[in-house]
Amino acid sequence: MNCIIIDDEATARAIISQLCHNIEGLKVTEEFPNAIQAIKYLNQNDVDLIFLDIHMPDFTGFDFIETLKNPPRIILTTSDTNFAIQAFEYDCIVDYLVKPISQERFDKAIQKANSKSIPVSSNNNSEKVETTSGNDLYVNIDRRLIKIDIPSIYLVEAKGDYIYVKTESQNYTVHSTLKKIEEKLPNTLFLKVHRSFIINVDKIIDIEDNSVLIKKDVIPVSRSNRPELMKRLNLL
Amino acid sequence: MNYIKSLSGDDKSFEEKLFAIIKSEFPTEQQIYLNHIEAQNYQLTAEIVHKLKHKISILGLEKSYKIAVEFENNLLDESTELQEEFESILLIITNFLKQL
Repeated sequence: MNCIIIDDEATARAIISQLCHNIEGLKVTEEFPNAIQAIKYLNQNDVDLIFLDIHMPDFTGFDFIETLKNPPRIILTTSDTNFAIQAFEYDCIVDYLVKPISQERFDKAIQKANSKSIPVSSNNNSEKVETTSGNDLYVNIDRRLIKIDIPSIYLVEAKGDYIYVKTESQNYTVHSTLKKIEEKLPNTLFLKVHRSFIINVDKIIDIEDNSVLIKKDVIPVSRSNRPELMKRLNLL
Repeated sequence: MNYIKSLSGDDKSFEEKLFAIIKSEFPTEQQIYLNHIEAQNYQLTAEIVHKLKHKISILGLEKSYKIAVEFENNLLDESTELQEEFESILLIITNFLKQL
């Protein structure tokens, strides 16, 4: 079984790596000090298991899980017991290890990982924040479902636990994730150009190097998303 | 230290590697702690105490670990109670790492 370790603390990575080393057939292929580097790796490599810290700067373990379309088995590693209930809302999480992790407890977690299969394309979170109806998107703001005309959306930006939805006429702050709204928006019109931004391709004014201008917003385009953006353009 | 021994299974190279990592990582985290507490940013101080308490636990300082847990909770309540005790623990670890 191949695994990766994501933890911002080098000491923790070394310990988890040693715990893995003590188990036959479990191979650590990579270690990452942050989730962003791990996402890049997972775009090009398959792994069977991820050891994931929850407390990391900028991008928490749960933020990371939300970015994965088909997450592999995940074992959370943390010094905090407060997230145990939240953890089990995710089908992909097979166990929750509290640091310092003993070899005995670690072995049990690996046994659980070995026996658990993950549903393909499972929806990670039961909470549905947006619903769609034809060309409309309904967003839940202060317990009201507000209708947004999808083609009028020109930009969606992730900001922590919220997303900003910018339209021709109004902007909305919604408690949701970029991944959830991406699933609701037609991919013929919208494109994720950066981990924090989805744009309406029809609304692009110009493109310069690694950024696009939409209305008055200059949006960064990540290197990995640039080829897809260029494919969408009707280039002369 | 029992914890580290139990992981290493007498693998001296792992023990040396782990102590080298702790020796390199601990002073940086200690400095981050000092910066945040001086700036009275209790949320960020709690975050770095959270990280430091893992090192306290793997070094087998059980009583100190309990103090660190309480101090982290105090910081989240914007209280610096147990600051002096926590900083004594950091000093103990600093002196211990110097001897390695």
